[in-house]
This record gives sequence, structure tokens and C-alpha cells, in this order.
Amino acid sequence: MTRDRISFRITAPVALLCSSLLAVPPWGRAEEQKRRNDEPMDVVLARVPEKARGKANPYQNDAEAVLGGKKLFEQHCAECHGATGGGGNRGPSLLPDEKIHATPGETFWILTNGVVRRGMPSWSKLPEQQRWQIVAFLSSLK
Amino acid sequence: MSGWTTLILGLAAVSSSALAQESPYIVTYDHHLEEPGSLEVEYFSTFGTQRGGNDFHAYWFEFEYGVKAWWTTEVYVDGQTTFGDSTLLTGFRWENRLRPLKNEHFINPVIYIEYENISEADKIIKEVEGHDVEADHGDRNAELRKNHDHELEFKLLLSRDFKGWNFAVNPLATKNLSPNNPWEFGYAVGVSRPLVLKTSAKRCSLCAENFIAGLELYGGLGDSESFGLHETSHYLAPAVAWNLPSGWTMRISPGFGLNSNSHRLLLRWGLSKEFSGFGETLHKLFHNSL
Repeated sequence: MTRDRISFRITAPVALLCSSLLAVPPWGRAEEQKRRNDEPMDVVLARVPEKARGKANPYQNDAEAVLGGKKLFEQHCAECHGATGGGGNRGPSLLPDEKIHATPGETFWILTNGVVRRGMPSWSKLPEQQRWQIVAFLSSLK
Repeated sequence: MSGWTTLILGLAAVSSSALAQESPYIVTYDHHLEEPGSLEVEYFSTFGTQRGGNDFHAYWFEFEYGVKAWWTTEVYVDGQTTFGDSTLLTGFRWENRLRPLKNEHFINPVIYIEYENISEADKIIKEVEGHDVEADHGDRNAELRKNHDHELEFKLLLSRDFKGWNFAVNPLATKNLSPNNPWEFGYAVGVSRPLVLKTSAKRCSLCAENFIAGLELYGGLGDSESFGLHETSHYLAPAVAWNLPSGWTMRISPGFGLNSNSHRLLLRWGLSKEFSGFGETLHKLFHNSL
């Protein structure tokens, strides 16, 4: 195998990866992200099915579960939503708002389904118990 | 190579590491994609026994990036060492996974499209398709590397999470782009579950909650000229993933051949680390340089 062929084999996939990274022009990302974060939370919450809205959190008054939820939040959510849930570069604030208040069921549904087209991934890969623990932690931020 | 690798690893180093919640699957895919902006760098090894030839150690690097919440792209670089023979790079793969539905459903489909540019000396056995059998890997590398394949591979990833369990089924179809090659078919099926579903408040490495156990079954289903199980190979592979709080994930999976066409043992292990905010770091690099 010639040196040129080896070089091509290795640089080609890296070039392909970089082209994917640039699929959305990086100079446009900040504006796009700001627009996402500015979407009113009530618009997102309106998508939650009625059945999911009223679900109760099995860990609502479980202090140990809230601490576990805090750990999970720091591990999986803080990168986008900020260390205290107050919002970050990539995700909106999750702190309770005076006008908008998400029920535990609504928060759980959004965590499970994500808001995929707007950059929030589905977290259904976390077991249901852990998602409820995160919801319990978010509820404790009041 | 060193320049590109240094650039990627350098950018990864200034990104934050994130705790991964990786499944133990090595061959099967579930419907969970990489988080947008995150880069996962992975290394995997496969030690394979070979009747009628020398045992081998095949390995690959993966660079997996979440372009969008619904689109993950991934590049593989493959190589292998056949004991008593030689070591060589065997090619690259470019994979894309696209999630067509916005919400979680009873079954969640993901469309998988991959381009492969590999020689026949490639032995990572990341999927089994068509009439792939153990004897395909028995020749010496000098012979195998003479034939180069350009292939397109399509998979439908069907997956469901239920009460902590994940169930995944991946039918696949592959087309060698050289003329006169039939479509080849295969499958992979997986089931997995964390050892503990509720997390504890303390940070720990060896807690049961950090381990996910699973089982994979995969094999070939013949081709468009001779569909079925005749002259195909199949494997059953228990697997475990250990997700460390530092962001590293270790996987191990001994795969056992289920018929005389299969390698007796494919022992796989891997190490991966996820870097969240990689896309942001890259963005800043470009933004500041414009």
C-alpha cells in the first residue's frame, strides 16, 4: 500500500466528519440557539398530551430521590441548562416561572420525549425512575 | 493523520467530559442518538479465533458526533493484526443515523445509512451479513487485502424502552457497489437493562447503577439470490457496559459462534469517552477566526 493511499484513507473520514460538523454554519448557530431558547415555554408545554400532564411523581416527597435527581441533573442536564438550572448557552432556564408552571407530569413527558427538532434530546435512555428523580429535583428548586 | 487526530483530540480536550449512559451493545443499535454538539471517541477491539488460519485482533476507532438531536454521524477507522501474519489498516466507514419521529412511540424507528470503504482483510465483524462465514478470514492478509469493497449498508433500527429494559431489533441490507453483486441481508437483536434503576445520591464508580447488562444475537440471512440461513454464521454475545462518573465507558462482550460457519469466539472490549460541548468549541474556533 502506498503512502498516498494510506493518507487518503485516514484523511477522508476525518474530512467527512468535519463536513458534518459544519452542516449548520457555525456562524449562524448562536442566533439559531437564541431563537430556540426564546421560544415561550407555554408553546412547548401545549404539546404535552392530557394523559401525561396529570401523572404524579412517585418520588415527590422523597428527599433521597431528590438528591439522586440532583446528581443526575449535574451529570446530564447542567451542561445545557446551567449548573443551577437557570439556563445556559444551549438550553433555557428550568426554574419555575411566575406565569408558567409545568406540572411534574409535563416535565417528565418533555424529559422522555425531548424537543428533538429544537435540540433537546430524548432522555428515555435513562430508566423511568431516574427521570422521575430529575423531575423531583427540579420541583425542589421552587 | 497526526495533524487531524491532534486537532480532534485537542478540541475534545477543551470540551467538557460528560457522564455517558451508554448501552452495552457493540453490534446492535438502540434508538438513542448522540446528544447534539457532543463528540464520543471510542476504541474497540475484537479478538477472534480462526480455524484453518491464524487468530486475529481487529480494532477500530469511532468518532461519533451529534449533529442534531435527530441526526448522529460517525466515522470509523478499522485495522487488524493477524497473529503470525501482519498488521494493516483495512479501511473506513461513514455512518449516519436519522430519527424520523419527534416523540417516543411504542416502537421507535431510526434510519441507518453507512458507506464502507474496506478491504476484505477487514475483520472487525461489526455486522454479519449475507453468507459471511469464518472461512472468509482464513487467507493470509497479503491475499485478502487485494480485494477492496465499496458498500452501502442500510439498517432499520427498531427499539423500545420498557420498565428499564431496552429491546432492539436491527434488520440490515447491504449492497456492494461493484457490478453483479447481490443484496445481502442480516440481523441483530439486543436486550439490555441497568442493574439498578433508581440512582443513589452518592457519587460512586462501582455502584450497581453504573452497570448495564445485555445480550446480543446477530447473524447473516443470505442474499437476494439465496435468502435464508444456509451457509450463514450467527453469534450470541452477553455484554456489559460500565459507565464511570468521569465520563468513561468500558464494555466487554464475549461472543460465541452458534454454528460451524461461525468463529468459535469473538471476544470484544471497548473504551469510550463522551465530550459534550465539542460543537460549541469548534464553533468558537471558527467564529473567532472569521
